[in-house]
Amino acid sequence: MSGAATSETAGVEWRLAAPLGLTYLAFFAAPLLILLVMSFSVDDNLGGFSLAAWAKFWGDPFYRGVVWDTLRLGLVTVAMTTLFAYPIALLFIASGPGLQRLLLFIVLLPLLTSVVIRTFAWIAILSREGVLNQALLALGLTTAPLNLLQTELGLVIALMQIEMPLMLLPLITVMQQIDPSLSDASRALGGSKWRTFRKVILPLSLPGWIAGATLVFASATTAFISQTVIGGARLVYLPTLIWQQAMVVYNWPFAAVASVTLLVAVLAGVSLFAMLGRFARTTA
Amino acid sequence: MPSPDPLAPPEIQSQPLTLDAISHSYGDALAVNEVTLEVRAGELIALLGPSGCGKSTLLRIVAGFINQTSGRVVIADRVVDSLPPNRREVGIVFQSYALFPHMTVAENIAYGLEARGESKATCRERVSEMLATVRMEGFADRKPRQLSGGQQQRVALARALAVRPRILLLDEPFAALDKNLRLDMQIEIKRLQRQFGLTAILVTHDQDEAMSIADRIAVMSKGRIEQLGSPVEIYDQPETLFVNDFIGSSNRFAGVIESAGEGAYGVRLASGALWNVASRKAFAPGDRVVATIRPEQLVLTDQATDGSIPVTLKLSLPIGGELIHDVETRSGEAFKVAAGRRPGEPVSPMAATHCALAPHARPVLFPQPAA
Ligand SMILES: Nc1ncnc2c1ncn2[C@@H]1O[C@H](COP(=O)(O)OP(=O)(O)OP(=O)(O)O)[C@@H](O)[C@H]1O
Ligand SMILES: [Mg+2]
Repeated sequence: MSGAATSETAGVEWRLAAPLGLTYLAFFAAPLLILLVMSFSVDDNLGGFSLAAWAKFWGDPFYRGVVWDTLRLGLVTVAMTTLFAYPIALLFIASGPGLQRLLLFIVLLPLLTSVVIRTFAWIAILSREGVLNQALLALGLTTAPLNLLQTELGLVIALMQIEMPLMLLPLITVMQQIDPSLSDASRALGGSKWRTFRKVILPLSLPGWIAGATLVFASATTAFISQTVIGGARLVYLPTLIWQQAMVVYNWPFAAVASVTLLVAVLAGVSLFAMLGRFARTTA
Repeated sequence: MPSPDPLAPPEIQSQPLTLDAISHSYGDALAVNEVTLEVRAGELIALLGPSGCGKSTLLRIVAGFINQTSGRVVIADRVVDSLPPNRREVGIVFQSYALFPHMTVAENIAYGLEARGESKATCRERVSEMLATVRMEGFADRKPRQLSGGQQQRVALARALAVRPRILLLDEPFAALDKNLRLDMQIEIKRLQRQFGLTAILVTHDQDEAMSIADRIAVMSKGRIEQLGSPVEIYDQPETLFVNDFIGSSNRFAGVIESAGEGAYGVRLASGALWNVASRKAFAPGDRVVATIRPEQLVLTDQATDGSIPVTLKLSLPIGGELIHDVETRSGEAFKVAAGRRPGEPVSPMAATHCALAPHARPVLFPQPAA
């Protein structure tokens, strides 16, 4: 009886999923396929077959450098957001409802402002005449203004603020579900605060971190606006390269190669985090 | 060569625990109010009280999770208020057991030993010793989620005891267990507490649990200790109406003091009966009082006797080995009478017309509470 009922609902479920499935097929899978075919084409009419674009991309140390820079940008941003997100998340868990609301608001703020405005705000902060340099000069911490714009450091600082909610929200969600008496138990057993964090909180928060790291990595490596506006002409990452090749140079097969590379790079990073998480969980 | 008896109590010096005028407020709300309690070395005290009376708060203060607003915690003549929880050597078992879900049973038990920097060999040895103590050999490599509630409870105990704490705190450790298992675990905890010579505080709001397991019971209400005494004292000589009502069931009768003698009073009940009640409290003739009596200290009869109350029998229920009679006085006061039930005895017995005090009955007098 129940078997019949389930197979009936299964049929209904299939039909319910169909519209979304078809949309994905038409607007996601199909363009991806076209992109792949394009990367092996001679020109942008999808004509012919040629490995020229691939050979040119991977044969040139400059382009390989761009791939590496993009991956490194993602990894460094993940590392920096992790470093800042954990203390904030711990503070959030330990605070009362009032402070929690305030923290959440501050954390979500970047999501509530337009990417363009956020990015230009960072220019105002990071430029040679910007707020940060003026403060450093006034405090005597530096004698000459630091060059932060168009550097990886400046870009990572900006990305960190922009991507922070993506790291914090999953992290906080998972950490809120950790039974607070686990920390109490650890402390009563003689564990220091640091040990409690390292042995109990950290391993149990890993699912949240993996989700956060995945989002931050995918988002930082593809953050076209931040990369171009703050990175400027000096720093070139895959999204900028794709845009240049597709919209300025009109070399579509080459842009397709860069796109497929970016896609694979992001996927590789994402699986790396999942693996790291699983590894840490089994050895913690 | 004499081998050491594995069941001999380890050489542990029991330590007394003193709570000295402890008060704690959460913001404006007073949760613990001037609690003073001396737990003797090796004694198990049950903190018993209704929900929200401050039991857990008191326990968390002893463990060092919260800093009390005022008062001192003294363990073995040493004030520990400035010590963080990891330096107090106080073991605690939570209602949720709080086993680390990502660690195996063995890793859970070894946690405190590792935190203390014990060697790997010591840890391994102590873990298998503790597993044997709580009869969980063979479960070392399981994860907590692969254990039943009672097994998790044992592991939580083993983990707390592995570091040889001076004091053991138990916050409603049986609440999540079903009734039969609960009794087993109560016996188990009592056994371990004796074996390890532990000074222990057990928080519960189950009076039967407190009565069966504790050396002394502290009944709490609204942040204060209402009465501290042995289970028998608490049951037989409750000091306040709150304790009287909270422990066991009892019947209340309103009355007036008619005569005062040597530590005993003649009390005229509303039904007209005159009871002679011993009491250490001071009353004067004419005082309005409440006399309470346990259901098992009343008997039903079919004729009027000295001090009996005319009643009508409404209902009789067999509850296990007892018969509980629901009776009513002429003026409509309902109360209960309990009697042992003989096997095969019909549930609704005699035509009872009167209710009298049993020969051993010890009613308790309280001043009439202000309405
Ligand atoms: N963290 C907190 N913040 C504010 N008030 C609290 C906090 N913890 C407890 N209280 C309040 O303090 C009082 C005592 O709480 P406590 O947890 O000690 O009660 P309890 O006797 O353990 O109750 P229960 O039997 O339900 O566990 C309650 O009124 C409770 O609402
Ligand atoms: Mg409680």
